[in-house]
This record gives sequence, C-alpha cells and structure tokens, in this order.
Amino acid sequence: MTDTALPPRKIAHSIVRPLGLAGYGVCLAGIVNRELLRFVQQKERFLAALVRPLVWLFIFAAGFRSVLGVSIIPPYETYVLYEVYVTPGLAVMIQLFNGMQSSLSMVYDREVGSMRVLLTSPFPRWYLLLSKLVAGVVVSLAQVYVFLAIARLWEVEMPPMGYLAALPAFILTGLMLGSIGLVISSAIRQLENFASVMNFVIFPMFFASSALYPLWRVRDASETLYMVCLLNPFTHAVELVRNALYGVFEPVSFAVVLGTTIVFFALAVVAYDPGRGIMGRRGGPKGEAA
Amino acid sequence: MNDQDAPALDIRAVSHGFGTGRSMRRALDDVSLTVPAGRFVALLGPNGAGKTTLFSLATRLYSTREGAVRIFGRDLATSPSAALAELGVVFQNRTLDLDLTVSQNLAYHGALHGLAGRPLKARISALLHLVGLADRLNEKVRTLSGGQARRVEIARALIHRPRLLLLDEATVGLDLASRAAIVDIVRQLVAQEGLAVLWATHIFDEVRPQDDIYVLDKGRIIAHGTAGEVAGGHLAPARLKEEAPAPEGATASLEAAFRAMTAARAEDAA
Repeated sequence: MTDTALPPRKIAHSIVRPLGLAGYGVCLAGIVNRELLRFVQQKERFLAALVRPLVWLFIFAAGFRSVLGVSIIPPYETYVLYEVYVTPGLAVMIQLFNGMQSSLSMVYDREVGSMRVLLTSPFPRWYLLLSKLVAGVVVSLAQVYVFLAIARLWEVEMPPMGYLAALPAFILTGLMLGSIGLVISSAIRQLENFASVMNFVIFPMFFASSALYPLWRVRDASETLYMVCLLNPFTHAVELVRNALYGVFEPVSFAVVLGTTIVFFALAVVAYDPGRGIMGRRGGPKGEAA
Repeated sequence: MNDQDAPALDIRAVSHGFGTGRSMRRALDDVSLTVPAGRFVALLGPNGAGKTTLFSLATRLYSTREGAVRIFGRDLATSPSAALAELGVVFQNRTLDLDLTVSQNLAYHGALHGLAGRPLKARISALLHLVGLADRLNEKVRTLSGGQARRVEIARALIHRPRLLLLDEATVGLDLASRAAIVDIVRQLVAQEGLAVLWATHIFDEVRPQDDIYVLDKGRIIAHGTAGEVAGGHLAPARLKEEAPAPEGATASLEAAFRAMTAARAEDAA
C-alpha cells in the first residue's frame, strides 16, 4: 500500500455535526419543498386529481340526485342534496388517490434509484418516511381545498368555519392514507404491478365505504357488506371529515383513523428498515442484488 | 480509537446473500477492506462481482448481517446517523431528479443533511465552480449531458462536507473526455481536500500504478496492494499469453493480471 494522496489538510474542519432540532426542520422543509416542486411541474397530475372528483360531483351526483335520496342523518340537520352528501367523500377520495400516487412515486424513486439518496441521509429512517408522508399530505391539502372551492361555486356549501375545522381532519386522513400507500409501496416490486393497486386497494376502499351512500342504505341491502364498510378505515376517514366540516368531532372515527395511521406507519418503518424489512430481504431500495 | 486516527472506511469480514434457504445466493463472502483517511482506493471488479452490494452495505441501504462496517470508527449498525453524516455517495445509477434544476437538486440534498439558507447557497455555488458547472445552476437536469449530470452528482455528494466519498462505477457510459474530467476532479479532491475515496470500477485505465487497489471477484477479495504489486504478484506469463496481448505499462499489466486471476478462479470453480 502506498501514499497516493497529500496529507489530509482540511479534515479537521468537517467533524460530524450533530443533527439539531433545526436540522430536522430543514430536512422536513426540504422534502416538502421537493414534493411541491414536483407537483407544480406535473400540471397534468393536478388536473387529473381535480377532474376525477369533479366528474363524480357534476355528473354522477347530479344524475343520481333523485334516485339516491339521503335522509336526515348526523351531522346534517336537514335534508341535503346528494351533491352535498358525496362532497366530503370525494374530498377524501382525492387524498386516497394522492396517497396511492405518493406510493407510486416511491416505487418510481426506487426503480430509478433516487430513493437511495433519501435513505442515505443521516436522519433516522422513520423521520425521513414521516417527512415523505407530511409532504404528500401538504400536496393533497392543496388539491382538496381547490376542489372544495369549486364545489362551493356549484352551490355545495359547508359552514364557513367548517372548512377550517376540517383541516386537522384532512391532515389526519391524509396521513392515514399516505401510511397505507407507504406500506403498499414497500410491497410492490415493480412499477408495472401498480395497476393492481387500483383494483385491489383504491376501488374496494372507496366503494365499500360511506363516501357515496350512507351506511344505513348499505345495511338495507346486506348486513355483511355493512360490516365490511364499518371495518373499512376509509369509511371512518370520510365520516371524520364529514363531521368536521360541520364542526362536529366524531370520536370513533378519530380513534379508528389515528389507530390505522399508527399501525400502518409502524409497518412502513419496519418495511423500510434495512435489517428487518422487505427492502433488506429483496435486496434494497432498488430491489437489485448485483 | 479517536476518529482522527480511524480509517475512513473499515469493512471487516462482511458476508451478504440474497434470498433464503436453498435459493440463497451469496453476493459477498468474508470481504475486508480499508480506506485510510485522505487516500484514494480503487475497488476493481467485473460486472456482478459484488461491488454494488458492497456499496449498499457501506451506505446502510442493506443491513450488515455478518461482519461490520465502520466509517471513521463509527459503526454503521449502531451509530448510523454519525456514520452517514461523514459519507458522500455517487451511485451507479443516475439519481438526480430530472425535472428539477441543478440548484434545486443540490438544495434538496443539502436539506437531507440539515443544511439551508446562505451557507447552503454558498456551498452549492462553490461546488458547481469546482465541477465546472457554475453556469448551469438554474437549468433542469434533463438538459445536461451524461458527463455533466455525473459532475452534478459529485457536487451533490460533497454538499455536506463528507470526509469519505464512495463512487460506484461513476464513469460508466461516459465518453473519454467526460471520464477523464471526473477522474481528475476526484483525484484533485483527494490531493487538495484530504478526502478519502473508494472508487469502484471495472475500467482499468482509471487506476494508476501507485493506487491502492482491491480486486473483487465473485464476492471475494482476491488481491490487494498497489496496481504494480497486484500486477507483478499474480501475473502468470503463460496465461497472459493466452488471455491478452503483451501488456504495455502498469495498466495493461493490471488488466492482464486481473484476467488471469479471474480465469483461474473460474477454472477452480469448474
């Protein structure tokens, strides 16, 4: 072995710096900023995210207004138009798609290798995943509130304070759906497999919930389906938001959404752990073993 | 051991496999390797030798199940944050965000190391000067050539002032001029900044006669020393005659020795 380099002259300047609280904030802000920049770059994604619920609102809900009548159920104090009933569910649907979109982008990042950059940061892996989740929620909130603004122009009006009161609910539901997306992204090996997520996750979660019809109507049709809807965390996400939009706190939905978030986030942390998770077994964030 | 005395990278008896049970494939077998502080060390091996697996272990993308990886004395398994803070990496695959600008890519990476504000901007500017891309600050990465993108990745890997830089096949797919530029930049960093570098490659002319090299083949280190020592110590004239044209200079000797060693291992395995 020989000396191939001059003596290290500047090493003393770069002793490890502790990652202080400010550093954690910077890291979070950087990840959120990147997600927003990518979102702004992808205008089609923004349009697609809006068009989907608007089609449901403008066409489906208007068409089925007379067929799918809704009786007075909490939090509503009077009969409401079907458009009013489905709007909270459609807002959470935006978050559902956004959560899966984030999951898709994780799989993409893994395939192109940029996930490696994230995971070699000195911050704890759980914090990096949490930051990714928060970034996804921020992006989804922008879409949700633009949708609610358009719906308001369509005379689907909530109490003004409801929009503010629903913000924490939207944050929590966004975190829950993002956590589910994270777990799914860890289980999907290739981008091509992502289409199955649509069939096996998004559609069942959305349709087997109270997003499009109240649960008492589902119960009339099938007790089993009613139980499935009741166990579906998406139902509780919708009900949490629906109630919050009218200034009502729904404790059961809150507990279910919070619990689901914690469970799925913990699963995601394990899945992305290099020692225990699926990443390590499969050969790392790109799934390669070369 | 004081971290100033510790090697930049110390890989001890590391083995790693993929799969489980009978289908398990061993990618690394009892690999030990040391990169002293402030030195350039080359890891030479053909495609599939296990270089990328070794890099994935050294960057904690995989966990080390057998053996240990230490960066400036800090165990990657027990002190990952402190160890990773010392580490800059250029991966084999391009990992820049094509739709973001050079500046946005670097700022994102800075944030992943807790850096922001004016110091980060100044660091980005200085690094882009270093890699000769100061005028491309606000251009999207998509518009850069392969060599330019690689230089941005080197700048990115240095943004948090690491003391150890790992480069995995950093010049693959680049033309001669771009390859030379990248090798020059990295060697300049070693000489002037005291950076420790582990340079993984299968391109022999990137290695200089006095470089410390490790030869990795089929997951095992099969030779270690300077390029000259490795070439001289293992070169078998008869085999050389069969395997390659008469070598000229240390690089050609090294290549011939490398071919002889890997061919001998293949015969042994058969």
